[in-house]
Amino acid sequence: MTTSRSTAETAGGRSSGSGRPPAWRGSTIDLGQQHPRYGERVIKVILVGAAWLSVAVTIGIVVSLLAPTVTFFTHVGLGAFLFGTEWTGGFGNKFVWDDKSWGVLPLVVATAIVTVIALAVAVPLGLGAAIYLSEYASERVRKVLKPVLEVLAGIPTVVYGFLALTIFTPILANLVQFNTIHNMLSPGIVMGFMIVPTVASLGEDAMSAVPLALRQGSYALGANRMKTTLRVVFPAALSGIVAAIVLGISRAVGETMIVTIAAGSRAQLTFDPREGAQTMTGFIAQIASGDAPQGSPVYYSLFAVGALLFAVTLLINLASIRLVRKYRQVY
Amino acid sequence: MTTATLTRANPLTGGRRRDGIASAVFAGLLWLCLALICVFLFFMLAVIVQKGVARLDLNLITKQPSKIRPETAGVQSALLGTLWVGGITALIAMPLGIAAAVYLEEYANPAKWWNRAIELNIQNLAAVPAVIYGILTLGFIVRGPVSIGAVVMAGGVALALLILPVIIITTREALRSVPREIRDGSLALGATQWQTTWRQVLPAAVPGIATGSILAMSRAIGEAAPLILVGATTFVTFNPDGVLSKYTTLPVQIYNLVPQDRQAFRDLAYAAILLLIVVLLAMNAVAIWLRNRYQRRW
Repeated sequence: MTTSRSTAETAGGRSSGSGRPPAWRGSTIDLGQQHPRYGERVIKVILVGAAWLSVAVTIGIVVSLLAPTVTFFTHVGLGAFLFGTEWTGGFGNKFVWDDKSWGVLPLVVATAIVTVIALAVAVPLGLGAAIYLSEYASERVRKVLKPVLEVLAGIPTVVYGFLALTIFTPILANLVQFNTIHNMLSPGIVMGFMIVPTVASLGEDAMSAVPLALRQGSYALGANRMKTTLRVVFPAALSGIVAAIVLGISRAVGETMIVTIAAGSRAQLTFDPREGAQTMTGFIAQIASGDAPQGSPVYYSLFAVGALLFAVTLLINLASIRLVRKYRQVY
Repeated sequence: MTTATLTRANPLTGGRRRDGIASAVFAGLLWLCLALICVFLFFMLAVIVQKGVARLDLNLITKQPSKIRPETAGVQSALLGTLWVGGITALIAMPLGIAAAVYLEEYANPAKWWNRAIELNIQNLAAVPAVIYGILTLGFIVRGPVSIGAVVMAGGVALALLILPVIIITTREALRSVPREIRDGSLALGATQWQTTWRQVLPAAVPGIATGSILAMSRAIGEAAPLILVGATTFVTFNPDGVLSKYTTLPVQIYNLVPQDRQAFRDLAYAAILLLIVVLLAMNAVAIWLRNRYQRRW
């Protein structure tokens, strides 16, 4: 592109005339002459507008979260919100602030526990699948396995949640003693399988990006396929693999339907995965689908929890993007 | 002499055998991972088919939801709501997403900081939780400045914002895979930049764009979280008749059936899940087929 453009410009000549044969007598045409081309400009403005819309969406998210959150914090102290261990926002008189505890810790702890369970499933399975697809699988096997992962990624989360509640919780109840039908173990495991495609496909991308020469060098030194994979390819792709896992964490933290359906709606501070406990997203969904009158304390708390969720996922995503950039620069 | 050779030979063969065993175990573990994933998927699909097929009859698509007679109730309003919301989502997200991708890939100068900022922003938006888009739409469209209430349009906007970054990213990848020479040839023949983009680059990228858009749409159609915030959980027993009509969608209808634990409601929910999965898998299959059939390696 750059070469053709610069050629066109020198050919246009801009009346410098140096390239013209001296015998030329006829009228000259200015090849550098340009039409204003308003249509092109209009189109460019439209395209730029579409691109800036994404920035507008981000600003919109921040604004829509900020105003109600500020109202929330005029009534509730930031310390009491972040470090309080009791969340009773849905109880008592709907329009009174003072008879409730607004400690978000139970929701945060429940989110963390479900996320850890999900990662305990998604990281080994996802990385195993990624290593197999990138280093071991033949082209024919890949053609079968990739669609399997795509189907897994394409199943709606509400379906995962429904199955976690009606199928997997009863199955797990044979092995573990649950007190109620709601628990954190079953949605955590199911969510892990939901995240497997994310970890697997990003991890595979990272490992496929490792140059073939590194593998050939390793084989030439006598290493077998396992040693090459574990000691050469895996370390070389490590930052990309970490980025895949980090993105998996972000998906687990933000996942709503599975935990809303299968983890219950009781906000309690517990570290026992056999108990049901409400997560941050579960609280947002419960308040939104129930009756939260506009202007009531619990309505404002929805935005405060949403703002916390947005801030947490934003930090995780930025970390993941930075890691991906880092590994792209290596080769 | 012989003992010396033996002692020298033994560690070698022993080492090799240990290596071989470790390799086999490692490969076996990898296989186990994939087997577990496949077993989980097929178990889920089998459960859905087995439980859903019993109620998969004409009532499902011709009758409205009912809280009294789940045995003969259907999900017609939810099915039509899904079509309406999906249509609006596609109408908003696809032109905007493709336009933004064309700007970033064909027009923007990547050295400028504002273009890099847009890129970083889009990457971030792609990983923002779906509920957050629900809060955004609730604050701006349902209430707030626009205040159109919990209607089809609001649901469409929420899902369009959700899949916009996905469409931008996949479209950019499709545009990037069109070789530079095609653009150069077109520009050299005197075409303007837009003529080059519209007549050469975009047609060449259509398979990739279509694949990405179909996958993004299938994600939108299966999504329930943002719609819960923009009022799709109302009990609706009539079909939507316009963009300002109240609505519900299939995933939200399934969510509504969760607290109803009578067996007949569960059967209805499984039938609705089967219907949803069939639609989504069909869309996925079309996307995969498109990719395998038309995507050229330049």
